[in-house]
Amino acid sequence: MWRFLVRTIAQRLLLLVVISIVSHTVIHLAPGQPSEVDALNPMMKAEDVARIRKSFHLDDPIYLQYVHWMKDLCTGQLKSFRDGMPVVPTIWERFLNSLPLFVCTTLIVWTASFPIGIRAALKRGSRYDRSTTFVAYTLISVPGFFLSYLLILWVVRTFHLPVIGLATFGTESESGAVRLMDRIWHLAIPSLMAALTGIAVLSRYVRAQMLEVLGQDYVRTARAKGLDEDHVVYGHALRNALLPFVTMFGLLLPGLISGSVIFEQIFAWPGLGLLGYEAILARDFPMILTLNFMAAALTLLGILLSDILYALVDPRIRLE
Amino acid sequence: MSTPLAPTPGELALGPSRPDAEALGIAETPAQQLWRTFRKDRLAMVGLYTLLTLLVVALLGNLLTGWWVVFDPTTVRLPDKLLPPLSAASSALGKDLLPPFHVYPFGTDELGRNVFARMLQGSFVSLSVGIVAVSISLGIGVTVGGLAGFYGQRKFGPLSVDSWLMRFTDVVLCFPTFFLILTVVALLPPSIYNIMIVIGITSWMSTARFVRAEFLALREQDFVTAAKALGLPEWRIIFRHMIPNALAPVLVSATINVAHAILTESALSFLGFGVRPPYATWGNILADGRSYIFDAPWLFLIPGAAILLVVLAFNLVGEGLRDAMNPKLRKRAG
Amino acid sequence: MTAPTEPLLAIADLRVEFATDAGPVPAVRGIDLSISAGETVALVGESGSGKSVTAMSVMRLTEGRIAAGSIHFLGRDLANLSDAEMRDVRGGQIGMIFQEPMTSLNPVFTIGRQIEEVLLLHQRLSPRAARAQAIELLQRVGIPAPERRLAQYPHELSGGMKQRVMLAMAIACRPRLLIADEPTTALDVTIQAQIMELLRSLKQEFGMAVLLITHDLGVVAHFAERVLVMYAGKIVEQGSVRDVFKRASHPYTQALLAALPDPLKPAERLEAIPGRVPSPSMLPAGCAFCARCAHAFEPCAGRQPPLFEVGQAHSAACFLRQA
Repeated sequence: MWRFLVRTIAQRLLLLVVISIVSHTVIHLAPGQPSEVDALNPMMKAEDVARIRKSFHLDDPIYLQYVHWMKDLCTGQLKSFRDGMPVVPTIWERFLNSLPLFVCTTLIVWTASFPIGIRAALKRGSRYDRSTTFVAYTLISVPGFFLSYLLILWVVRTFHLPVIGLATFGTESESGAVRLMDRIWHLAIPSLMAALTGIAVLSRYVRAQMLEVLGQDYVRTARAKGLDEDHVVYGHALRNALLPFVTMFGLLLPGLISGSVIFEQIFAWPGLGLLGYEAILARDFPMILTLNFMAAALTLLGILLSDILYALVDPRIRLE
Repeated sequence: MSTPLAPTPGELALGPSRPDAEALGIAETPAQQLWRTFRKDRLAMVGLYTLLTLLVVALLGNLLTGWWVVFDPTTVRLPDKLLPPLSAASSALGKDLLPPFHVYPFGTDELGRNVFARMLQGSFVSLSVGIVAVSISLGIGVTVGGLAGFYGQRKFGPLSVDSWLMRFTDVVLCFPTFFLILTVVALLPPSIYNIMIVIGITSWMSTARFVRAEFLALREQDFVTAAKALGLPEWRIIFRHMIPNALAPVLVSATINVAHAILTESALSFLGFGVRPPYATWGNILADGRSYIFDAPWLFLIPGAAILLVVLAFNLVGEGLRDAMNPKLRKRAG
Repeated sequence: MTAPTEPLLAIADLRVEFATDAGPVPAVRGIDLSISAGETVALVGESGSGKSVTAMSVMRLTEGRIAAGSIHFLGRDLANLSDAEMRDVRGGQIGMIFQEPMTSLNPVFTIGRQIEEVLLLHQRLSPRAARAQAIELLQRVGIPAPERRLAQYPHELSGGMKQRVMLAMAIACRPRLLIADEPTTALDVTIQAQIMELLRSLKQEFGMAVLLITHDLGVVAHFAERVLVMYAGKIVEQGSVRDVFKRASHPYTQALLAALPDPLKPAERLEAIPGRVPSPSMLPAGCAFCARCAHAFEPCAGRQPPLFEVGQAHSAACFLRQA
């Protein structure tokens, strides 16, 4: 088991290095310069441009730039093009903002999808099943930002309540309890919106998986033994149906970065997604590269986690 | 219950052809069977009709806004700006600025442009972005998956072909897709072709997986061995025998990917990186309408609803195909 | 308790139909079947004859609807029992094993847990007693080193061993009746023989009656006392195994027996029955075998033949046998 772990981690690290090289190359090959160091930018003086270019090694050959990037990243000295601030602390700060949104969204998605999906499978063909199916398809098909804007419109028009941002402007001086409730309110709507598509997709998977398991022979055997329906469904069937979702759990990690760009933009939530968006607008290479790299690292970590969880949970899998 | 005459021993002695078909007295190919099952799914049929309508609208739209210009999406009519749907054109407009029938079916935007015309033009563009992007991704996916599935065991250096290809797929999967698309599109010169290509080269992975799985299964089947025994060249086996059989999940994957591509394009437009004017796509009409959501909600609602309907239709058709392919009732013998 | 002459299981005029998009389709069209205590009765037929549906209907596990008829077991009509009462019967008084041992055991639970489950449910033993009983059962069905097996998962066992485990689960509560739905079809021939022998010895030890569903006439010949031949949802011939095999009276039975290859005459052509079993949704008005029957004559296509007596406790549903 340990040999397998070591081998896999080594393979994944190699993969990570490959990905970082590829990202680096792709981004540096793109035409266009960061605005601060563009020689054509009338706001920058020529010698300032030269100085900045030198300090960011922008005139070096591409592989040297890669080495510089990696070195700076690992020693914590990587600086952003935009404001000269160190990259890693900025990412960390934004991460702390993204985290509650991510956790809240994930919680909503995973606690709502299973009951819905299971019930739809048990009552296959019923009105509940058909209506949840239709709603699920609609939610999958709607552009996320469309629904969010509609909701914002409705909430603001009807309740006159602020929805955007981390907290309501002007509440900094209020008591702790009021601030907490305010923040929870501001957290609720974006995570609900972000969760809707997730619930739609996941509950479909749950339903499909449950249906497949319910049709298996061992469920028939369980019934033939005289077990009551609850035991058959929740004891025998569910345990098998849940197996693939355990692995899906590990793959949630990358969602921290990639999933939230749009929603953070709409709700002006200063998280990682918004950071990435701003970095792209400003062609802030160190930031873009680092975010990309971290997303890839999270993906690989997620896959590893999934493999381990799967082996722990399914007795048929033994890691060789 | 009707009881038709039993077939004579003579007829029956000819032996069975296809089980269900013979029982029902009809001769059917698998494709016809698929269509028959698909037809029973009402939602999927609604989706299919919607898509056919969309196709007609898109083609007509391209015609009517590009060649024989009946609805002009680019005419600016400042006196008539921000009119709600179904409003009449004002009489202050010059004769060549008037819309057909003097009415704006979908209203006008902040520059007085005919939203209906823009939606017509946008339908063709949005649809073609989706279809071209998915064609690219299908091309890559089928190639990668087919090679991995068919030649998988051959060695190419230290690893087998299958291993190389699958690791390559895994690498591409590791990139955060939307973020990557955003990055590339933002850094490249803005162009509709760039968007199509980028979406295409980031969404082939699931198709490759399906095709590989189908090929792996098909390769073991007897008809492939028989074809090899007859001396058929490999490329012929792949193209004429295996690919048609593997098409079914690819088709499902394709419809769902088109839906996804249209959504991605609209998301890109929303973030400001989509197709540039004067091309109108539903995505950028939606993005533009964002600023007027309080004063002129139709600018936002109409393209959003249109995207929703079309994507929903693609998803319904895709799911309908997938359900039709599954043997839903595994009737037990006896 | 049932009187000694009263059968253990008495099915009367059972009709089972399935709901389809095109309306209800009959799978079982009025059959009578009785099994006495300790008897082994075989129900034989091709795929689609309705034999499995009959077996599953006794346990009320079928997706079809019991449209008519009664299933009397130990004095009660199983077709009328409540769900809770039926659950007591399943596993506790009637045991069942199925055709595919490879997929009939839950892959994520240990063997021990799956056997103990039946014991805990019907006999309310303590966990420790259930475990001991499970070991004993495994031993009885011929699995070596049973203590070790308890902690193993199904995928660690071979097909034959899995079927033995299924048997252990089915007989755990000493049922009066065991229904075996094609228990050996999915197994190798040598394992088949072992499982059938095990079945026979268990039957003798526990005094169980066995309803054996199969399409394999060889198995019937070796292990059953009586046999009923089913075709298109109806019984076409029934009697003792010797009578039916030696003096087959229904053309279908005759054709089935004639289709068996004779090891003494290797060069002869195999005689297949021409045509196909009619689909349940398109059944003819008369005898269902009429179209494939070499002896069909005037009344056959018009009415369905009832069972006519052709010997002692031996009858065939064919107008040819009308006295």
